[in-house]
Amino acid sequence: MKRNLILGGLLSSLVVLAALISFVWTPYDVAAMDIPAKLRPPSMTHWFGTDHFGRDMFSMIMVGARTSIAVALVAVGIGMALGIPLGLMAAARKDSWLDELIMRGNDLVFAFPSLVIAILITAILGPGAVNAIIAIGIFNIPVFARITRGAALSLWEREFIMAARVAGKSQARISFEHILPNVLNLLIVQGTIQFSLGILAEAGLSYVGLGAQPPVPSWGRMLADAQTMVSLAPHMALIPGLAIVLTVLGLNLLGDGLRDLLDPKLRVRRS
Amino acid sequence: MKIFRHPRSLTSAVALVAALGAAPALASDITVAMQLEPPHLDPTSAAAGAIDSVLYSNVFEGLTRFMGDGSVVPGLAESWDISEDGTTYTFHLHDGVKFHDGTTMDAEDVKFSLDRARAEDSANAQKALFAGITEVEVIDPLTVKVTLDAPNGSFLFNMAWGDAVIVAPESIEGIKQHPVGTGAFEFKEWVQGDKIVLDKNPDYWGTPAKLDEVTFKFISDPTAAFAAVMAEDVDVFTAFPAPENLPMFEADPRFQVLVGSTEGETILSTNNKRAPFDNKLVREAMAHAIDRQALIDGAMFGYGTPIGTHFAPHNPAYVDLTAQSAYDPELSKKLLAEAGLPDGFETTLHLPPPSYARRGGEIIAAQLAAVGIKAQIINVEWAQWLETVFKGKDFGLTIVSHTEPMDIGIYARPDYYFQYDNPAFQELIKTLNVTSDPAERTAMLQQAQKIIADDYVNGYLFQLPALTVAKVGVQGLWANAPTQATDLTAVSWAD
Repeated sequence: MKRNLILGGLLSSLVVLAALISFVWTPYDVAAMDIPAKLRPPSMTHWFGTDHFGRDMFSMIMVGARTSIAVALVAVGIGMALGIPLGLMAAARKDSWLDELIMRGNDLVFAFPSLVIAILITAILGPGAVNAIIAIGIFNIPVFARITRGAALSLWEREFIMAARVAGKSQARISFEHILPNVLNLLIVQGTIQFSLGILAEAGLSYVGLGAQPPVPSWGRMLADAQTMVSLAPHMALIPGLAIVLTVLGLNLLGDGLRDLLDPKLRVRRS
Repeated sequence: MKIFRHPRSLTSAVALVAALGAAPALASDITVAMQLEPPHLDPTSAAAGAIDSVLYSNVFEGLTRFMGDGSVVPGLAESWDISEDGTTYTFHLHDGVKFHDGTTMDAEDVKFSLDRARAEDSANAQKALFAGITEVEVIDPLTVKVTLDAPNGSFLFNMAWGDAVIVAPESIEGIKQHPVGTGAFEFKEWVQGDKIVLDKNPDYWGTPAKLDEVTFKFISDPTAAFAAVMAEDVDVFTAFPAPENLPMFEADPRFQVLVGSTEGETILSTNNKRAPFDNKLVREAMAHAIDRQALIDGAMFGYGTPIGTHFAPHNPAYVDLTAQSAYDPELSKKLLAEAGLPDGFETTLHLPPPSYARRGGEIIAAQLAAVGIKAQIINVEWAQWLETVFKGKDFGLTIVSHTEPMDIGIYARPDYYFQYDNPAFQELIKTLNVTSDPAERTAMLQQAQKIIADDYVNGYLFQLPALTVAKVGVQGLWANAPTQATDLTAVSWAD
């Protein structure tokens, strides 16, 4: 099933490319308002039309991709950087008080719906892109901790780990030298999925006004701005909506494709 | 409609006819929607305009009252005599006025209300209205004499405010939950978070209301507001929050759109005590950086009148000073350089929830950025705005609409949140307050407008329009909003 991988990769790289290009070039200045030219539908001069301030929506989508990717990337990074070591630790000390502490802490964070936690955190720290990153990052930690622990537990029973233990390697060294490389495939797949969830979460937070603050363009806020204008200028809602849908779809397909590619068990079963 | 008060048989006969479809339903109730729900229901102890939006004139009345055109006419006082020196007002009250709980409204209630409002520990939000009163005397049950320490040209105007309505000592205890007034409607119920219902007062002393029941609905979300009107869930929406949708209502034969004026001067409020805003050149530079027309078109979709000072353009004393702060970014940059800030500066821009502020703020931030002033947008809720900006005075810039009528006097209060301190202006307002000659008052009001425009105290943006959407057939609504009120006493359905 390479189709998933190709389509997913294509969509994802399109978004990443748009974000990267936006650093050096956008068709219009993303902050430039041209109020007499507001609410124009897509045309040759404005490919995605203009918004209620007459800003070029194509440029905003490009820069908005940057915001989405930056927030999701750093948030997933936080989740991985903290979650993976926690998961490895819990697996290494299976059934100890440390394992209990980490996993019950995980359950605690898991018990709350992720977006509710994110709203709670931004409500305490104040709205803004950085706080959105922290908020989304925090609910990524248990995801990675749990998945790492689960995969690591089965590995600890394997002969090559036994051999390493007999050779006198410490638990920490075994975890990083032998366990981690063997769960990495799984983590990359999960990372892709979490990345798409991160983009959704960023859009959700921005939509309720807790994400990136104006004038930084963000897909979620573009949707919120469009809310009362849907009947006047449907493109204002359609375009950021489609951008979010396609990005999330692309990342999920990519994740699926990667799993098929990286997971030897699945590969055998399918062939 | 009268027929409904006739014997039951007749009423049911009419109902039968209506049910058969021979006649359209005789609507005698109305649902009015607005964005903000009142925090409680005592207009005499809170600044929240939402309270007056529901209760003013409908449930509570004062000695005098505002009409829809802004004029002040007799209310509970049918007439008054003013002494030669202008310091005593003798009010003659209407006979036979009853509160909704059946108690009689008389001079004692007036004395109680005024004394309560001006007391040391009064919670009244507009204590300045009563500041000049030295004594309130009951002459007889229908006559009350108010003594002032100096003549006050706007005393009768002051008494028309929602904060000066007459309440009764018998019902003051529970007024916040169950308001008892003298108006044409009486309070029925309040479902918090949803609606307030008023019923017609059958024993009203004046012209009785034409509607039997009034429901106020609170819909804060602009999208939901649009949907509610479109689905005809509500009959009227006052202060409609999304001006971009009005052309659609105008084009729809089911609706009428009333565009009037309010007393809301929408301003870019500037912290005059904080550097660099304590420098007049900087404030002047900001004034020239703002393109009002772009702002009105972008944030209000064209609804709104540009202003050049803190005064309502529909007022006869208004002076058009917009040219003094005309859009001129080059001049703005020059002034900034002159002030020693050729590269501009950084500040904050606090924006409360209404779209005029949130959208207007984005536009203003972009316009200021064009001359080098980087204003960081901070979106806040009203409670936070009151705490940080209004009480805490911890802000650089903010956008807000000052909706009180004739409120230029706030510039004479150095501790008011934008902290403008000009002794000459304060002296002028003091003189104005004790002047009753209309011509002299107009001259002074015009001078006051010029002083604050010359000092560029705040950025003067536009007069907030009164935007009302109603179903076709609703008549008697106020198009303008001379005070925060939704006066339904004269509203009815056309046949």
